Amino acid sequence: MASRAAQPRTPGTYVRRLIVVGYLFLLIVWPVSLVVVKTFDGGLGNIQGALSDPEVVFALQLTVYVAVWAVAINTVFGVGISLLLVRYEFPGRRVLSALIDLPLSVSPVVVGLALLLAYAGTDGLFGPTLESAGLQVAFAPAGIILATAFVSLPLVIRELVPVLQEIGTEQEQAAKSLGAGPVQTFRRITLPSIKWALVYGVVLSLARSLGEFGAVKVISGNIAQQTQTATLVVEEKYQDFEQGTAYATSFLLALIAVAALVVVTILRPKDDTDGD
Amino acid sequence: MGIEIRGVNKNFGDFVALQDIDLSIPSGQLTALLGPSGGGKSTLLRIIAGLESSDSGTIEIEGVDATGVPAQKRNVGFVFQHYAAFKHMTVAKNVAFGLEIRKKPKDEVKRRVDELLKLVHLEQFSHRLPAQLSGGQRQRMALARALAIEPSVLLLDEPFGALDAKVRKELRDWLRRLHDEVHVTTVFVTHDQEEALEVSDSLVVINEGRIEQIGTPDDLYDRPASDFVLSFLGPVTTLGDRLIRPHDIDITRYEHAATASGRITRWTRVGFEIRLEVTPDDALRPDPVQVVVTKAEATALQLHEGDLVWLRPRVGADAVSR
Ligand SMILES: Nc1ncnc2c1ncn2[C@@H]1O[C@H](COP(=O)(O)OP(=O)(O)OP(=O)(O)O)[C@@H](O)[C@H]1O
Ligand SMILES: [Mg+2]
Repeated sequence: MASRAAQPRTPGTYVRRLIVVGYLFLLIVWPVSLVVVKTFDGGLGNIQGALSDPEVVFALQLTVYVAVWAVAINTVFGVGISLLLVRYEFPGRRVLSALIDLPLSVSPVVVGLALLLAYAGTDGLFGPTLESAGLQVAFAPAGIILATAFVSLPLVIRELVPVLQEIGTEQEQAAKSLGAGPVQTFRRITLPSIKWALVYGVVLSLARSLGEFGAVKVISGNIAQQTQTATLVVEEKYQDFEQGTAYATSFLLALIAVAALVVVTILRPKDDTDGD
Repeated sequence: MGIEIRGVNKNFGDFVALQDIDLSIPSGQLTALLGPSGGGKSTLLRIIAGLESSDSGTIEIEGVDATGVPAQKRNVGFVFQHYAAFKHMTVAKNVAFGLEIRKKPKDEVKRRVDELLKLVHLEQFSHRLPAQLSGGQRQRMALARALAIEPSVLLLDEPFGALDAKVRKELRDWLRRLHDEVHVTTVFVTHDQEEALEVSDSLVVINEGRIEQIGTPDDLYDRPASDFVLSFLGPVTTLGDRLIRPHDIDITRYEHAATASGRITRWTRVGFEIRLEVTPDDALRPDPVQVVVTKAEATALQLHEGDLVWLRPRVGADAVSR
């Protein structure tokens, strides 16, 4: 930190800052602010209109429901897989580590299609089995949750892995030698050390889950008031010339995600970037 | 009693880290494991603690077979080289950890923590986080934390390795006094021979996964079992065909029945000591011999750089018992 402050400021510094700020403005701030502007074009009308449209209300509820489930699943599996990757040596570890990034590099549409192939009710690989057991995956909330969890899993893991690597195993070993079992060690030593990385990963994955479109569109079937999530509603309304509703829904979606990020940034201790 | 180690072997892949280790560590003593880096000291200590498993052999702690017992059930206090402080807990919470795991009543925990913090002179720091302590204070906290569980044995892996020379010296004197007070069977790893000789009741020299020698500091220093032990416990030089300590060489400017003779080719003064290098005339043994004399001796003997001198072992010089 000290070295950053000690750097002399030259005209070059300001030029670089200007380029960065300008780039971020044109890419993010300006377009997003346009959504806000459009939403409140005619006062609160758009928002009120959107919130009185049953399709929008249903979609927002479904989105939150899906996101909460996806995040819960990601938290459990994210912590588990991260521990596996960092703390254990096993054949295929590198392959697993590479696979984790797959959801980030493969188009979500492909993810949706793949899930459909595996879980479709009549001709999917597991679909018929699950269906006869009473669980419908494709064209149902379960499938949407699955697709969303798949797409946002790496966000939790990529936050946790470096922190786990950095804290090392000495504290855990010390806890063990003091009599703590595996569960106690995890709860009292490991978890507090990775707490902030986990919270951050969870929030990122929540934001990503709220905004997922491609994978969800394919697996959900996009049935209004049944499997239509907020992002799908935005697209539909926009195409149906209900722009006001589309802007308002977009705004509400963005608001939840930004609020989560802001809350975490405020809560997170300043001098402590990796949770120890 | 104490710790009984029988036939312990440990391989990492095809690398032999420990080979046929048999060792009895007596109850209530302070034992040092001494050896060069990579010799297997930490591995042996970790096997005793249960943090690592041996490939074969048995470990008995205070008469109880501990071989298959997991670390958390062995009741062994372990102090790590890099403290392994619980960074998110205060000093008091760190020390209380083992007691809280054992579900001791709150007031007992508090009493015991206060007691221990007093013992390690950290009473006024109980509410600080480890990051707000110096290295020496952190290590004392780690020691208090390990002592809190009233361990049957206390194991310290290079406890003062990461500290500067002065703090190191203070802490080792303090550890010695602490041990005289607490009397728990203690094993500590070091690769500093001075630390080992000064603090321990008995010494185990480990090299390349094997035990070279076991004994009291005096035994090992005066009667080393091998050239390795001799050279590891202090500086050595070759005079004639034997290893000898530089301060055990008799040096004069007058010709007499000597093992070697030659000119003083190097003269280095370090405090009260003068370290000389004598290059022998003997064409068969031309390697310089190191000799150490005190400043006063050098003056009395009228030694100067370039002088022709005669060398022989002093009477009673340390030697490898053969
Ligand atoms: N987990 C491991 N995997 C592979 N090799 C290991 C492992 N732990 C230790 N070793 C090897 O075993 C040997 C003994 O290691 P150990 O840590 O016991 O040495 P040491 O005597 O404590 O050395 P130092 O004084 O440097 O700490 C070393 O050569 C080390 O490379
Ligand atoms: Mg070691």
